[in-house]
Amino acid sequence: MNKIKQGFDFSSSPKVDQVGINDRIARITARSIKKESKMQGLRMALNMIDLTTLEGADTDKKVMQLCNKAQHLHDSYPNLPSVAAVCVYPNFVKTAKECLKGSGINVASVATAFPSGHSSLKIKLLDTNIAVDAGAEEIDMVISRGKFHEGDYNFVYDEIAAIKEACGSSRLKVILETGELGTFDKVRRASDIAMEAGADFIKTSTGKISPAATLPVTLVMLEAIKDYYYKTGVQVGMKPAGGISNSKLALQYLMLVKETLGKDWLTNEWFRFGASSLANDLLMQIIKQDTGIYQSKDYFSKD
Amino acid sequence: MAKKTIKINFDTGWDLAPAPESTGHIQINNKYDLFIGGKWVKPSSGKYFETTNPADEQKLALIAEANAKDVDKAVKAARKAYDTVWSKMPAKERGKYIYRIARLIQEKAREFAVIETLDGGKPIRESRDIDIPLAAAHFFYYAGWADKLEYAFPNRKPKSLGVAGQITPWNFPLLMAAWKIAPALATGNTVVLKPAETTSLTALKLAEVIKETGLPDGVVNIVTGAGETGAAIVNHNDIDKIAFTGSTGVGKIIQNAIAGTNKKATLELGGKAANIIFEDAPLDQAVEGIINGIFFNQGHVCCAGSRLFIQESVYDIVIRKLKDRMESLIIGNPLDKNTDVGAINSKEQLTTINKYIKIGKEEGAEIYQPNCALPKNGYWCKPTLFTGVSQSSRIVQEEIFGPVLAIQTFRTVAEVIDKANNTPFGLSAGVWTDKGSKMFNVTSQLNAGIVWGNTYNKFDPTSPFGGYKESGFGREGGLHGLKAYLKF
Amino acid sequence: MSRLEILKTYKIYIGGKFPRTESGRFYTPKNGDKALGNICLSSRKDFRNAVVAARSAFGKWSGATAYNRSQVLYRIAEMLEGRRAQFVEEIILQGSKKAEAEKEVNTSIDRIIYYAGWCDKYSQIFSAVNPVATSHFNFTAPEPTGVVSVFAPEENSLIGLVSSVMPIIASGNTCVVLACENMPLCAVTFAEVLNSSDVPGGVINLLTGKRSELLEHMASHMDVNAFLYTGTDKKEMEAIQKLGVANLKRIQLKDFSKIYSSEHETPYYIEDFLEMKTTWHPIEKIGATGSGY
Repeated sequence: MNKIKQGFDFSSSPKVDQVGINDRIARITARSIKKESKMQGLRMALNMIDLTTLEGADTDKKVMQLCNKAQHLHDSYPNLPSVAAVCVYPNFVKTAKECLKGSGINVASVATAFPSGHSSLKIKLLDTNIAVDAGAEEIDMVISRGKFHEGDYNFVYDEIAAIKEACGSSRLKVILETGELGTFDKVRRASDIAMEAGADFIKTSTGKISPAATLPVTLVMLEAIKDYYYKTGVQVGMKPAGGISNSKLALQYLMLVKETLGKDWLTNEWFRFGASSLANDLLMQIIKQDTGIYQSKDYFSKD
Repeated sequence: MAKKTIKINFDTGWDLAPAPESTGHIQINNKYDLFIGGKWVKPSSGKYFETTNPADEQKLALIAEANAKDVDKAVKAARKAYDTVWSKMPAKERGKYIYRIARLIQEKAREFAVIETLDGGKPIRESRDIDIPLAAAHFFYYAGWADKLEYAFPNRKPKSLGVAGQITPWNFPLLMAAWKIAPALATGNTVVLKPAETTSLTALKLAEVIKETGLPDGVVNIVTGAGETGAAIVNHNDIDKIAFTGSTGVGKIIQNAIAGTNKKATLELGGKAANIIFEDAPLDQAVEGIINGIFFNQGHVCCAGSRLFIQESVYDIVIRKLKDRMESLIIGNPLDKNTDVGAINSKEQLTTINKYIKIGKEEGAEIYQPNCALPKNGYWCKPTLFTGVSQSSRIVQEEIFGPVLAIQTFRTVAEVIDKANNTPFGLSAGVWTDKGSKMFNVTSQLNAGIVWGNTYNKFDPTSPFGGYKESGFGREGGLHGLKAYLKF
Repeated sequence: MSRLEILKTYKIYIGGKFPRTESGRFYTPKNGDKALGNICLSSRKDFRNAVVAARSAFGKWSGATAYNRSQVLYRIAEMLEGRRAQFVEEIILQGSKKAEAEKEVNTSIDRIIYYAGWCDKYSQIFSAVNPVATSHFNFTAPEPTGVVSVFAPEENSLIGLVSSVMPIIASGNTCVVLACENMPLCAVTFAEVLNSSDVPGGVINLLTGKRSELLEHMASHMDVNAFLYTGTDKKEMEAIQKLGVANLKRIQLKDFSKIYSSEHETPYYIEDFLEMKTTWHPIEKIGATGSGY
């Protein structure tokens, strides 16, 4: 299949100035998010988490434990929002699906030879099909960074478009692996390619490479989403992943979304955190906000 | 998916709870006298005037009004300190006093920031993150120059001038006092400083700090008052140097008054800076630069980027981004840590700004203001854009000194350089392009003392600041800022 | 029968041309009883025309490479050297002794060479790269102020003119000079030197006439950016300062009476007619120690 995007020169994506991005982030992180706005933000963040386990050592039992956690975040505290999804390797989709049945929590699966993406399109499509067939509502694919660096943007585009087609009704998150791209200009270009090729979400990182998600790189991607929205009216979601482990940082991400894309993106339909330990920190903060008492990790289940 | 109306909705329903900076630890006296010869001295007229918080119109304190007699007293104290102590002190020791001032400002930074915001209406975020740290940094920078002046001027022997009369504006009260006092002291001069009458408090707090440092009496004198007090300084016979920051109109009056005298002068005056956005600019950062260029400190900035030039091919997208960005600006209580745009400094200034907004409308320009509520009391102005203006519009030609941006388009490099330079002012400019050779072409052709490439409204003690043409002369900051306080 | 001498007509120099004053007026300065010649009594309109010439020459001259300006100044010295005899003669005619006249011409040539050497160096000593605390490249470099009005010294003819004008044009300014009123011969002849060297027309414009007539216009013209006054007349100085306020002219008042002193050979005279421009640009921090994105 060959779906070269005619007339779109990805090398001419808008330019990004890193120092300006950092200045903007400094303004965002200076925002004081207190009291009821903090509580609101914490609950929102909890509801946007893709609870993730992507280890070589993953087992069915480990995945089941994580799914249990997803459904029972902290039962002694009522009326908590649930997380958005549980994110696993394709071979655990079935297990996760069973565990989460009736919970309303989605199953997301990485695919396309995650995390390196070095394989044939055939394998990547098969990988995707397996996950989709097993019931994954969301597919997190990786782009071919090697091809991207070679300047073969059409290759990257076609691959995303092909996977998108294979996803059917499942939503596609495209992982750029920003830590391997090298500059903001390239992050911006990769974002544009992914969106043009049909991504439902663009996502920063696999979590296997440092740096993973950062506020600056997320801003670059949010601005790409904004421009795409201006141009097409089509909303694309954003998922920073990796390295977001505390509540304060999560709130800063949400503030960035609030001031860049506004209300329509402040929902787990359009914004996700790829994280695992963040959930407990949010829970501790929520309870601290409520009771005024600082919390201990020993009182929050770790799965 | 179905196409929605392509409009970003910033009414998120997730509003920030009020986060006011505490005023509990702030010490403001009911009444301030004049700081002369190291002592607090009552004004000879017995007169005091009120200083108020422009955000709620509440009285903050009474400030002494200095007349010519008081100014004379201050100049005598400064002269005596110069003759007997300061000019004789080893430069190293002089520097150490200035370091002390820097350190004490840092220690009391929070108090200075809150008072600056109360008295002037600027957001606490700015006074806390910009004004006060920069003021301390300025003292710190110049302290180190005190014993190194010979290295700044090859083959010359620098000597101090004597007594410097300094008049500062209301937009950056403490920072401007630092810009004036630090280099004057480092070069061995003594000082009589008059802060602007609407914002005297932080200068008076600085006097307290100076007293605490043990700086010899009379080296720094602070006299408060309005134009007449300033005139008394300018016209005093025993002053060797006038340093003024303010309007071009007053700058000209000063320059006229000191003609035929031996007084040296530095004038930092008005501006009407061009901020130029090329089609190949990093547009999102450019939009941030536009916002920061004109809405920083409510636009009460002499170097504000008040004339925006957008290349026609990106005009629509830049305007759209700009308007969207304005929706996320938070306008209101300056003491709130989340406030982006605070109160207009005074009723008079608000009147001036509103006059220009009216002129803009009358000239047929299209006005845009974001949807935001303004507080009931105090002096407020919404961030304002005017499109459909031209070089012949008054709002393009005259300095408004408020959050009002006049937007024009251009087609070519030559055209925009021509338009940018088509003004009697020449303080600053901004250029946005990702192309290096174009950047250097344009920055080198703009007639302005400060040119920001792909950034705007950045300040640093090491970076000289000052204008071309009617924006004044002399430089403040950096090595170049020393010269104005020396003779050879 | 002895040959009838051809007398020289002394004209003014505007935009690389030698017009007579538009006013048609002249004056006759004297050395004792001896008339030096009929000299143009320049009018305010001559001055106005000279400013137009100076302004239009500014772009190209200030945009020339420093190396080029340096060579042009050097060329002036070469041309002056070639015509030294004529200058010596004129200076004697104006009342100097031969030795004095020779000293004046020699020093003038050397002084031009001195400033020729500075053209491509002054910006290096007046510039700075400023170590700002944010991630920006920040530098301050000088630019020429623009068009400068000059009152050349009254005490002497050639050396005063050279000493006042060379530092002004070395950096790319252009100027309109009112020559020494009573000893104008060398000034006009110097204009011929300029014209035959490689100085573009309009860079230096030379008027002859009276300070009293031209002061007001030279100090008030809104398209003149600076004024170099040489002399010690307090009234003139104050008047220039006051008239200069309207467009905030940069006004330099200098005592040029000890013209042979080495104090008149200094880059700081160049600095008097410079504006300092500070430029900021972000520095991306990727790949450096402790950096990241």
